[in-house]
Amino acid sequence: MTARARLEVDPIACDARGLCAELLPELVTLDDWGYPIVHDHDVPAGLEGLAAEAVRLCPTLALRLERRRVVRSQPVAHSSAGRP
Amino acid sequence: MNAASTGLSELTYPALRDSVGLPRLLPDRAAGGPATYFEHLARHGQLPGCGRDLRRRRQLIETVEQAGLTGRGGAGFPTAKKLAAVAAERRRPFVIANGTEGEPASAKDKVLMAREPHLVLDGAVVAAEMIGARRAVIVVHQAVREIVDAAAAERRSAAADRVQIEIVTAADGFVAGEASAVVHWVADSVATPTRTPPRLSERGLDDRPTLVQNVETLAHLALIARHGAPWFRGIGTLAEPGSTLVTLTGAVRRPGVHEVEIGMPLAAMLDLAGGASAPPAALLIGGYFGTWVEWDAVAGLPFSVAGLASLGARPGAGLVAALPIDACGLVETARVTRYLAQESAGQCGPCVFGLDSIACELGALAGGRDFDLSKLRRWLGQVDGRGACNHPDGVVRMVRSALDLFSPEIDQHTMGWCSGTRASSVLPVPPRPGRSP
Amino acid sequence: MSAAVATGTQYLWFISRGSGLVLLALLSLVFVLGVATRTGSATRRWPRFAVAELHRTLSLFAVAFLGLHVVTAILDPFVSIGWAATAVPFMSPYRTAAIGLGTLAVDLGAAVLLTSLVRRRLGHRVWRAVHWLAYLALPVAFIHAIRAGTDLGVWWVAALIWGSAAAVLTAVLARLLSTARNPAAPTALEPGPRIDAGPKPQEVHSR
Repeated sequence: MTARARLEVDPIACDARGLCAELLPELVTLDDWGYPIVHDHDVPAGLEGLAAEAVRLCPTLALRLERRRVVRSQPVAHSSAGRP
Repeated sequence: MNAASTGLSELTYPALRDSVGLPRLLPDRAAGGPATYFEHLARHGQLPGCGRDLRRRRQLIETVEQAGLTGRGGAGFPTAKKLAAVAAERRRPFVIANGTEGEPASAKDKVLMAREPHLVLDGAVVAAEMIGARRAVIVVHQAVREIVDAAAAERRSAAADRVQIEIVTAADGFVAGEASAVVHWVADSVATPTRTPPRLSERGLDDRPTLVQNVETLAHLALIARHGAPWFRGIGTLAEPGSTLVTLTGAVRRPGVHEVEIGMPLAAMLDLAGGASAPPAALLIGGYFGTWVEWDAVAGLPFSVAGLASLGARPGAGLVAALPIDACGLVETARVTRYLAQESAGQCGPCVFGLDSIACELGALAGGRDFDLSKLRRWLGQVDGRGACNHPDGVVRMVRSALDLFSPEIDQHTMGWCSGTRASSVLPVPPRPGRSP
Repeated sequence: MSAAVATGTQYLWFISRGSGLVLLALLSLVFVLGVATRTGSATRRWPRFAVAELHRTLSLFAVAFLGLHVVTAILDPFVSIGWAATAVPFMSPYRTAAIGLGTLAVDLGAAVLLTSLVRRRLGHRVWRAVHWLAYLALPVAFIHAIRAGTDLGVWWVAALIWGSAAAVLTAVLARLLSTARNPAAPTALEPGPRIDAGPKPQEVHSR
C-alpha cells in the first residue's frame, strides 16, 4: 500500500520541542540533543490523522506533511528537496 | 593575430582555438597582474553572444551539454542541466557568479579572478544571455575585489556587454560559499543557507529563478562559447572532459594553484608543485568536506570522479592537501573539525550541537585523552543529512574517512602514543573568530 | 450577601459577575498551560502535546465564558455600558476606567487568539510576536477584576483572584528562569580545547 503523505522537518525552524516524537513514536525518534529523526518519511494511512495533528501542534511550525497526488495506480513522484 | 599589429609585445602565443591543450584558463604570462580587457580580447577573441535569439540560446546550451561541462564549485553538477532548468522558467532570471571560496585552504577561485577576471565576467555574461537574464551579480573575495571592479569598469567604458554586471564582496566564513547562502547574502546581507525547497533554479534572488555558478565553471563556459564542444573535449577523459583548477597545498615544495587536465595522475599533480616536501602518508582530496586517502593507494589514480571513486573520494573543489609521514592525521582532522563546527551557521540543532560534540570527542582522541569511539560513530550517523545544507554531511564524510584511514593511529592514541613528530600543522585554519583573512 | 429579593433582571448581574470570576481563573489556567508547553518537563501522563492541546481547547472554552460575561453586563439595565464598549476601551459611561481595562484585555486577547487561529498562514515569527501580548492582557484583566469587581469582600472570591494571580506569577517566573538557562537559539560554541591554530594560508602562486 503506497503512502499518500510524506512527513518532513524544516531543520532551521525546528527547536527540539519534542511534540512530534510524542505523537508519532513509530516514525520519529529524538537524537542525543532532542531533535527529531524521521526514520521513514512515508506516513502509513493509519497514522495520517496523528501526523496531521503533529503538524498542527508543532510550536515552531517546523513540521509539514506533503501530499502526493495518486494518478491511477502509479504515484506521481513529487518534487522534494534535491540539491543540485 | 599579429603581435606587432596589436603592439602588445608579450603576446606571442597562438590563438587558443588552434591549441587544444593546456593552458586554457591560466596562461603563462610574462607580466604579472590581471589581464587587461585588450589583452583578454587579443588572446581569446570576441565573446559570441546570442542576445534575444531563442534558437541561438538553445543551441548554445546544447553546445555546453555536448561539451560535458560540470560545475567546478565542488558538487560537479552538469552545467547544461542547470542552464536549461533556469532557462525553462517563465520569470526573468538572475545570474550569480560564486567566487566566495570559503574553503580556507583553497585558492583557485581567487587566483582565477586575480589573473583572468575577464574570463569570469565573460562567462557570467554569456550564461546570462543563455538563460535570458539581464543582470549578473559577481560575488568576489575581498582580496580580489579591486581587480574585478577595475575589469568591470574597463568593460563598461568599452560598452562590451548587454548584461548589467554588479560586483559584491563575498561574506566571510566557511558556509558563506554555499549556493543558497550566497543568494541570501546578495539579497539580505546575511550569509546563511536557506531551506532548499524551493530550489534556487525556481525561486532564488528576489523570488526569481537564479543560476548560481562557480566562477571557474563560468570561465570554462566563456571558452566553450567561443571554441565549441569538440575543442573542450580535446583534453580530459571521455566521461569528464576538459581542464580544471586545483590547489595543491600541505607538504609540497611549492604550494599553489595549477590548471590540470582531468584524469591527471595524482603523483604527477604533486610534481607540478615541486613534489612532496616530505614523504606523504595520505592526501586530503576535495577540500575540508573531502576524503582522506592513503598515498600509496591514490598516487597512480587519475584525478577524476571515476578515477577516485574506488577510494570513495571525489575531486570536489579541487583541493589536494598532502599529509606528510611525520604529521598525525588525527590531530589535523580534529583541528579542522573544530573549525568546521565553529563555522556552522547555527540554524539547525543537529549541526550546532552534533558537530560540537563530534569535535570535542575528536579533540579528546587527538589529545590522547579518554574518548568513546562508538559514541563518536553514533553521533556521525545522527548528524549526517540532518541540516538545512550539506555542512554537517561534509564534516561527517571527512571524519569518517579519517577514522577509517587512520585507524592504526587510533589504536596508538588509545595507548597514549602519537606518531606525529611535526611541530607545525599542515592544514590551515583561520584564527578565531573563525573568519578567513 | 443581603437578603434582597432578586428581581428577574438581577440574574443578569449575578451571571456577569460569576462568569467574570470563572473567566479569570480559566484564563489564568490557560496562561499557566501555555507556559508549561514551553518550559515544563513532560511526564508520561502529561506529554507536551497534551498540554498544548489543553491550552488550546481551554482558551476556546474561555471565549464562551467571555461572551457570557460581556453580553450579560451590557444587557443588564441597572448599568449603562453600551455595545461600543465591548470593542473600544473607555467608552462606557459606567465606571469608564474599570470597564475600559476589561475591554483592553479583550482586545489584546482577541489579537492573541485570532493570530493563533491562522498561525500557519502568518508564519512563526509574526505569530510569536503577537502572542507575547498575552503577558500584557492578563495583568490588565486582573486590574479590571479588582477595580470593576464588586465581590472582593467575600473571602473565597478574594482567594480565587489572588490564588490565580499567584499561579500566573509563578508561571512567569518559571518562563524567565527557563530562558536564562536554555536560550531559544543555540548558544555560541565554546572554542574547545586548543589544538594549535595552524599556519596562515600560504601565498599561492600559479604556474
